[in-house]
Amino acid sequence: MYHHPHLKSFFYLKSAMGFKVALLLAIAVVLLAACQTPREPQVLKVMTHDSFDVSAEVLSAFESENNVQVQIIKSGDTGTALNKAILSKDNPLADVFYGVDNTFLSRALEEDIFEPYHSPLLGKILEDVKLDPQNRALPVDYGDVCLNYDKAYFQEHNLNPPQSFEDLLKPEYKGLLVVQNPATSSPGLAFLLTTIGNFGPEGYLDFWRGLVENDLLVVNDWETAYYTEFSGSSGKGPRPIVVSYNSSPVFEVIYAETPLDEPPTAAIVSGKTCFRQVEFVGILKGTKNRKLAEKWIDFMLSPLFQEDMPLKMFVFPVNIEAQLDEVFVKYLAIPEVTAFVSPQDIATYRESWLQEWTEAVLR
Amino acid sequence: MDRGSAAVSLTAHPRQGSRAAFLLWLIPLAFLGLFYFYPLATILQVSFARGEAGLAAPIRAMLTSEIARRAVWFTIYQASLSTFFTLLLGLPGAYIFAHHDFRGKRLLQSLSGIPFVLPTLVVAAAFNALLGPKGLVNQLLMNALQLSAPPISFAYTFSAIIIAHVFYNTTIVLRLVGDFWSHLDPRLSQTATMLGANRWKVFWHVTFPLLLPAILAAALLVFIFDFTSFGVILVLGGPRFATIEVEIFYQTVSLFNLPMAATLSVFQLACTLGLTVSYSFLSNRLSRPLSLRPRRFTQHSVRRFGERLLIALYLVGLFSLLLAPLGALVLRSFLAISASGEEMRFTLDYYRELNISRRESLFFVPPMVAILVSLSYASATVFLSLLLGLPAALALRRASGSKLSRLLDGLIMLPLGTSAVTMGLGFILALDKPPLDLRASPLLIPLAHTLVALPFVVRSLVPALRSIRPRLRQAAAMLGADPRQTVLHVDLPLIGRALLVAATFAFTISLGEFGATALIARPEYPTIPIMIYRFISQPGALNYGQALALSTILMAVTALGMLSIERFRLAEIGEF
Repeated sequence: MYHHPHLKSFFYLKSAMGFKVALLLAIAVVLLAACQTPREPQVLKVMTHDSFDVSAEVLSAFESENNVQVQIIKSGDTGTALNKAILSKDNPLADVFYGVDNTFLSRALEEDIFEPYHSPLLGKILEDVKLDPQNRALPVDYGDVCLNYDKAYFQEHNLNPPQSFEDLLKPEYKGLLVVQNPATSSPGLAFLLTTIGNFGPEGYLDFWRGLVENDLLVVNDWETAYYTEFSGSSGKGPRPIVVSYNSSPVFEVIYAETPLDEPPTAAIVSGKTCFRQVEFVGILKGTKNRKLAEKWIDFMLSPLFQEDMPLKMFVFPVNIEAQLDEVFVKYLAIPEVTAFVSPQDIATYRESWLQEWTEAVLR
Repeated sequence: MDRGSAAVSLTAHPRQGSRAAFLLWLIPLAFLGLFYFYPLATILQVSFARGEAGLAAPIRAMLTSEIARRAVWFTIYQASLSTFFTLLLGLPGAYIFAHHDFRGKRLLQSLSGIPFVLPTLVVAAAFNALLGPKGLVNQLLMNALQLSAPPISFAYTFSAIIIAHVFYNTTIVLRLVGDFWSHLDPRLSQTATMLGANRWKVFWHVTFPLLLPAILAAALLVFIFDFTSFGVILVLGGPRFATIEVEIFYQTVSLFNLPMAATLSVFQLACTLGLTVSYSFLSNRLSRPLSLRPRRFTQHSVRRFGERLLIALYLVGLFSLLLAPLGALVLRSFLAISASGEEMRFTLDYYRELNISRRESLFFVPPMVAILVSLSYASATVFLSLLLGLPAALALRRASGSKLSRLLDGLIMLPLGTSAVTMGLGFILALDKPPLDLRASPLLIPLAHTLVALPFVVRSLVPALRSIRPRLRQAAAMLGADPRQTVLHVDLPLIGRALLVAATFAFTISLGEFGATALIARPEYPTIPIMIYRFISQPGALNYGQALALSTILMAVTALGMLSIERFRLAEIGEF
């Protein structure tokens, strides 16, 4: 037996023992994992995006009523989650997909991942958010992407917040606005679509060139725009106007550090300066749990879930019978009209609009 | 004939050597085949099959696209500059850590690894707190110089990208090169000095050539990291800058142009493979067997005043870059700022709030659980990547110089050069049938982390293994040890330190990994970075505060983890 002079013999003894222990542990982990996925018939799999949330109580009401266990599979942001659903359509990951919005709706419908379902609750749903006449994708909620401003800034500077897109080109609003890159951010894309809805595919680039003249700042993601650049958030950035959601001021009240009487920010809902994002749910083709999947969709459209959504995901009910929580009644501003671009046009022109925009604004 | 090649010809019985090497390769290759190449091939095949115009069309589109060409050049340019500056800053640090003993060294060493684990969004917030238009430095300068506008603009500049890359990756140089340097036999340079060489000559003709394999290994890893950079470019670089990786993300998620995304992915992979193969070629020519010395023979405490001053200056510089942004983050996580922005006060609210489920959300997870989840993924990653990396490193040492080993070396490295978006989709497509239906399994996370950690483990181990004198192993063989015993009783103890460096890399990579984790995470088992992202993607002071509080916790967990790995060294491996 050879011994290296520097060697302490307990080292390899210990490491050999450690190796066996580790091996046993690894086997145990694999076995445990195998036990965790038993073939239970009553499991409903719901595939969705990162922002999905629900009250534990509300979900367990559905589970006990239908004797089912719901497994939520979060699959990245909206675009990524949808891509996964499309690529796995021959062997679907789940029974239901929730979270495709109107900017991605055409991609989902063209790829034919959903089975139609004419839910009995559709009669209670707002008419103008039903964008798929064949009911493959059923609307669940909506939220408005709107400009937000920092109230304190405008008070201090004795300035009125802008009321329309044209206002944003005026010298007094120079250097105040930060927006997101539509190529990488969902509110960024919504805001680009708002300008297209207002000025048309021929005129929107001129408006953007005007914004660039007026010292517009573009960043890649909502987090940087809101927390690093926007002065109304607790990141205390330098710019007082940002593209965000009409629900953001309400968030600022609910998640304030010390209780607030009113939000430090406000959403601009006048003009046609907001874009309505509608989110849809659909039954994935090839599900073996069609009945349960239908029940899940009815559940999502029912007042119980619809009333739970606003405080969980900060999106708003499409069921006309659902009541809004008091905090929203008090602080939420809802636009009367929003800019509109059809899902078909979005799908057809997305790439060319993004390219034109990039050429005009970033180069 | 130099001593290295003489030694090789003495040890290697070519046929037996290559069969043993093949057996050693089998385990890591089987793992890579199943969890890397199979998913990758599946997604590439499906992506190209979606193209209606055939295989050549996306390639032609890439070659003729102005945007793609710009992305390729920018990627190479920024990665080269970033790597250069990372080495420039890291090498003196590696020297200091390797040769000098001083109080607080161990703490500083583990602090230098913290940036490695932090999510980009948080790092951007930290830099902004320091260098942003309303940041500390600008405010100080404006007050001191009576300026009306902030003098430094940091965010969305090319320098921001370079600085952030240096901030993230300096630890790679400190660890890989520093460790190797600390074991270089000082007698070599002492001899050179005695023969009349001055310090510069000693460094240039003796130390530097011996160090080169470790420097190259570090440079390769840093370069590939910068080459495939995503978060730093998006958040700190802004929309004016795009790397190939950013372009892949845009083509996949925003446009769903999978053939184009796959073409770019293949290009990125080819670059990674090419780089690694040429690295292998170089490092095989450069490695020499050495007598590695225990650290206590190579270290001395700092005595001369001039030396002290230089070291102190350098360390202050290094750590103000690495630690000032982190300090700003930690500080901010204890501060409540009034809505007007005028007043600040100390608070523990963000930390307290982490434990409160205010909305009775189904996905509420107390921070302790996220810490445990992160730690268990990290431990599994350390275990798996050492289990796979050690045989791979042994095989690489054995077959050193052969074409096969150069290729295999490249294969191990490929996961680092693979886009997370591409890989995420590959897992979904490929691992979808029992017994390997891992699509929604938490097991997928340590597997994905191991893919990223493996190159680091192999790169930490190979230079150390190659430098073991063959004589030691020959002596063992002559005394009757079989190859397994030789590895266990000669190689392993001699590379104990490198094993710990490898373990530290695997640990930090797993703790900080976000891209792949986000794509395959189960909401019930979020890691700390996933939780940070959940908070920072919602408006509200409490959400922002909680993201910063969790970042502080992540830093503490990382530092403690690395310190305890260091302890392990002291307890069991002794002086090596």
